Amino acid sequence: MALLDIEDLRVTFTTGDGEVNAVNGVSFSVEEGETLAIVGESGSGKSQTAFAAMGLLARNGRATGQIRYDGRNLLELKQKELNRVRSEEIGMIFQDPMTSLNPYMRISEQMAEVLTLHKGMTKRDAIAEATKMLDAVKIPDAKNRITMFPHEFSGGMRQRIMIAMALLCQPRLLIADEPTTALDVTVQAQIMELMAEIRQEFGTAIILITHDLGIVADTCERTLVMYGGQIMETGPTDTLFERPTHPYTLGLLRAVPRIDRDDETLSTIAGEPPDMSRLPKGCPFTPRCAWAHGPCPTVRPELLPAEGYPMLRRACHAPVEEVK
Amino acid sequence: MLNYVLRRVAVAIPTILLLVVISFVLMYAAPGGPFNSERPLPAQVMANIEARYGLDQPYWKQMANYVWNVVVHFDFGPSFQYRDRTVNDVIAQGFPVTLTYGFWSFIVALVVGVALGVAAAIRHNSWLDYLAVGISIGAQVLPNFVMAPILVLVFTLWLGWLPGGGWQGGQIEYIILPVIALSTSYMASIARITRSSMLEVLNAGFIRTARAKGLPTRRIIWKHAMKPTMLPVLSYLGPAFVGMITGSVIIDVFFSTGGIGQFFVNSAFNRDYSVIMGITILVGVLTVTFNLVVDLLYAWIDPKIRY
Repeated sequence: MALLDIEDLRVTFTTGDGEVNAVNGVSFSVEEGETLAIVGESGSGKSQTAFAAMGLLARNGRATGQIRYDGRNLLELKQKELNRVRSEEIGMIFQDPMTSLNPYMRISEQMAEVLTLHKGMTKRDAIAEATKMLDAVKIPDAKNRITMFPHEFSGGMRQRIMIAMALLCQPRLLIADEPTTALDVTVQAQIMELMAEIRQEFGTAIILITHDLGIVADTCERTLVMYGGQIMETGPTDTLFERPTHPYTLGLLRAVPRIDRDDETLSTIAGEPPDMSRLPKGCPFTPRCAWAHGPCPTVRPELLPAEGYPMLRRACHAPVEEVK
Repeated sequence: MLNYVLRRVAVAIPTILLLVVISFVLMYAAPGGPFNSERPLPAQVMANIEARYGLDQPYWKQMANYVWNVVVHFDFGPSFQYRDRTVNDVIAQGFPVTLTYGFWSFIVALVVGVALGVAAAIRHNSWLDYLAVGISIGAQVLPNFVMAPILVLVFTLWLGWLPGGGWQGGQIEYIILPVIALSTSYMASIARITRSSMLEVLNAGFIRTARAKGLPTRRIIWKHAMKPTMLPVLSYLGPAFVGMITGSVIIDVFFSTGGIGQFFVNSAFNRDYSVIMGITILVGVLTVTFNLVVDLLYAWIDPKIRY
């Protein structure tokens, strides 16, 4: 049985302008110890999918469908039960390490409260444990620096602290929501390296939400491409990157700058991400797709195994079969 | 830190001096004097009285004398109105009264205001939120000269629970009505500021982190959200505290408490120069002091602020 099994997840926000459908019937699963990447442009629903799993949707948001973790539907849990899942079973880190840590509390306090609350440790033991974890994520001089405040650390260090804090209870799943987006490129690489090590050391399954395809290629076994709150294509990262057959995946890959080819210009995907409150009936990518034809605007394509590539599944009426 | 406090005190001295000069000039610029009355006094009598109080000297000399006496002897001079009392007597009599009901008003306004604001923010857009906002708007638009008579009408005349005025050395039943009348509008402001501040804080990234950590809501509110919520409230509390402990003429007049607010307004009507100056300086010093206290509290709450 999969560790996390999401089925027909829908996330809807009620706003002044009506209903906004951020996630529209997404289904996927994550196996124990696996690393899954969710990629897509801003507003494709990838973060909201993760927030729904952690019960972190904004007040006006509502999630329906099933998010089964270890057999339990997280969407039906009571607040108290959900609080036990958070941290103990699923850890989460966020995009901006500058704002994700509480600037008014010492690191020691912020980390220790996780352990005193979930593991019933004394504050002393909790701080000792937290220090060990900071050592594990390579915070230099953790023993002394743990009593500092977040603003006394650099962005990269803060993200390390966030990772250490998320791993305190040794959760089986770590959700990383664009963990490197706000960081320098060199620091990005360090953080990704750290996540790979953590996976080795603790056997933690990771969901990596990102729009940086470079990161995905290096670290994730499986990739899930989202657009307009739907899954466009999913499969092993290697296959997906070598033989993208969905026009959107192809567009994303072409938009990655490459040093090993002497392309004159970097291609982009024409048009803009869709207005989530007015999604077309059919494939949400239709208005921007060069291959769009007959059924595309009216019939929503199902996520089906791709012909010739049984590992790939895609939702497309007009797959690109030939890629140069 | 000590350095910072000393620097602030050093800045405070010219501030207070400036306050003294401006009040002095404004006071003398206003027409009339303490001994003008409908029936003019004989010139000789007037000259005698003015000589007695030093009013025959040039303004700059009067001001210099005044400052000298205040700074060196801590003597604010004789009252021009109450024949055998000095300004020190007036303050010693009136200030403890306003300090008492002002302090309790502050406590009530702070506790009720923050509780109301936090409750409204946590239950944003619920009936509780609307109720809290309704109460605070109601309390805000109800001036204390309306509040006071209503309170007396209800609690004294109709219910007969509490005395409608007097002080009696500050017994509890004499304090309650003045405190309610004085604290409501402050309470309303505190509730409003707390609510909007807390709403903003609850949207912060670190609150999301706290939720992702599986912390119970109560701990998130008190441990994580409360400190940053209080920052904007704090900057309001400094001046509000001074405003409350220096009293209000409405409260003093309406409840006959004998507080300093009443003396202040009477002294302005009577051109009781020394009482005006004394109370002005008192309020000025308190304002400067509590602004400093607020700034020090900021540093205590926000680790990024270091002096």
